[in-house]
Amino acid sequence: MNLMRRRILMNRLVMALSGLAAAIGLFFLIWILGYVTVKGVGAINWAFFTQLPSPPGVEGGGLSSAIVGTLIMTVLAALMAVPIGIIAGTYLSEFGRDSRLGHTVRFLSDILVSAPSIVIGVFVYLVMVKPLGGFSGLAGAVSLAIIMLPVVTRTTEEMLRLVPGEMREAALALGAPYWHTMVRVVFRAATAGLLTGVLLAVARVSGETAPLLFTALNSPYWGNLNQPMSNLTVTLFNYAMSPYDDWHAKAWGAAFLITASVLIVTILTRFILRDRSKR
Amino acid sequence: MDGAFKVLTQSFAIGILVLLAAIFIVLWVQSEPSIHKFGFGFLTSAAWNPPKENFGALSAIVGTLMSTGVALVIAIPLSIGIALFLVEIAPEFLRTPLAVAIELLAAIPSIVYGMWGMFVLPPLMSSYVQPWLQKYFGFLPLFKGAPLGIGILTAGFVLALMVIPFISSVTREVFRMVPQTLKEAAYGVGCTTWEVVRNIMIPYGRKGIAGAIFLGLGRALGETMAVTFVIGNSHKLSLSLFAMGNSIASTLANEFTEADTAIYMSSLIELGLVLFLITFIILGLAQWWLQRSQSSGSRR
Repeated sequence: MNLMRRRILMNRLVMALSGLAAAIGLFFLIWILGYVTVKGVGAINWAFFTQLPSPPGVEGGGLSSAIVGTLIMTVLAALMAVPIGIIAGTYLSEFGRDSRLGHTVRFLSDILVSAPSIVIGVFVYLVMVKPLGGFSGLAGAVSLAIIMLPVVTRTTEEMLRLVPGEMREAALALGAPYWHTMVRVVFRAATAGLLTGVLLAVARVSGETAPLLFTALNSPYWGNLNQPMSNLTVTLFNYAMSPYDDWHAKAWGAAFLITASVLIVTILTRFILRDRSKR
Repeated sequence: MDGAFKVLTQSFAIGILVLLAAIFIVLWVQSEPSIHKFGFGFLTSAAWNPPKENFGALSAIVGTLMSTGVALVIAIPLSIGIALFLVEIAPEFLRTPLAVAIELLAAIPSIVYGMWGMFVLPPLMSSYVQPWLQKYFGFLPLFKGAPLGIGILTAGFVLALMVIPFISSVTREVFRMVPQTLKEAAYGVGCTTWEVVRNIMIPYGRKGIAGAIFLGLGRALGETMAVTFVIGNSHKLSLSLFAMGNSIASTLANEFTEADTAIYMSSLIELGLVLFLITFIILGLAQWWLQRSQSSGSRR
């Protein structure tokens, strides 16, 4: 009986500990989100979105140029990464399911998804910033695009695989060529899934700072793709590291804005995916 | 036309391989001056003296490994506990919302972790956590020195929070792949939940769990912004977790745009190459284990 009691006790202990682990995870999620919200909401006002940065100690000012810069670079990165990623993902799903090339690309893309983004920044610095003679918004966008690429590729593959083979066969049986089948039937069936991939990639890069440090750098002025380009994350980094209280307040505002956008996009993708799986 | 379509998609897929190869080659070529000048000594020297143009990677490598080690010590038990709770223990209605909540930890940008860590953690670490550790484990060289609040320990703590969602969600998938019949058989002969976990689920999913841990490890090694905020950014080599240190990624973030000589720049690029190689191997192992755990799951 003693052994039985010990086993039950051990079981209860482990159950309690694992519940505690989940509670700890939840606790830190709420702590971080709560802290960022409390500190950040106060800094968000009309001027935050419309005015240019002001020097420390000067009333007012905002991060309009940084917000616009981040938007421009993210959109530009998506314009580069999404088409390439979708086409490469199409290969993995349609032609490379069991080929050696397919396995290799899949394996290396999965590694690239988690690869350190700062190294991507160094790479883009060496191939774009140094040869072209300066930091630029374009280089920033390219480094973000490289980070997006494997995410789009792999999600595209997964989403195309969900489209039933019968659909392809039906279109092919009607005499449609394969590329036509893909573009008009399979892509159309997978639209929501492909959109999810794009959103995931956007969420992945919108908080990225490290690759922008050596590529877009930062600037207090309106963005220009040929010059250092203002962006939210590097501004947040510089402001948070500065000794000025009013810059800290703006940094919290930026942190809140970035976190809120990423969370909204992430939750949005979950809803799209859930709607699909229900159908 | 169809042939062209296949060739087009294939060439884009090959493009990803070319990109990866290009990253390696460019980093390799550009670190050539530093490789040539310092040789293998680069990896074992703790010197970091820009004016004298003498560079070594040891303090950055040690800082990276120590902060990552701290992160894994904290994150592995917590993540496995979370995965266990979500798969076996939590009531049905809690599972999905809790799983989503834990995965949201992965959506918080790393720079926000860093900023939160810098403003919130140092006072808590220096007045509660570090004195406590020193009181009970002070005899270890790991916990020597003044409790400053920032340093390798704090960096490791922030990293732990960041990798928990990755390790726990993959571990959860691994636990879910354990066949129901195996678990039921064990429950049927009278095993408690813990005994099912220890004797069935963990042995069955060990490759997958190893993959999950290595995935977290790969993430933690290359994490930049969160670490840069709290690690202290000092090139002094120390065995204490309380000391300020640096990691490969934080050194790059801090010094890359300030490197004024060719050899300084080249040394930093070599640091980047070292980081890329290490994470590449770790993440490769992670993928390999995860794939093998999936295929062995379907075969049985």
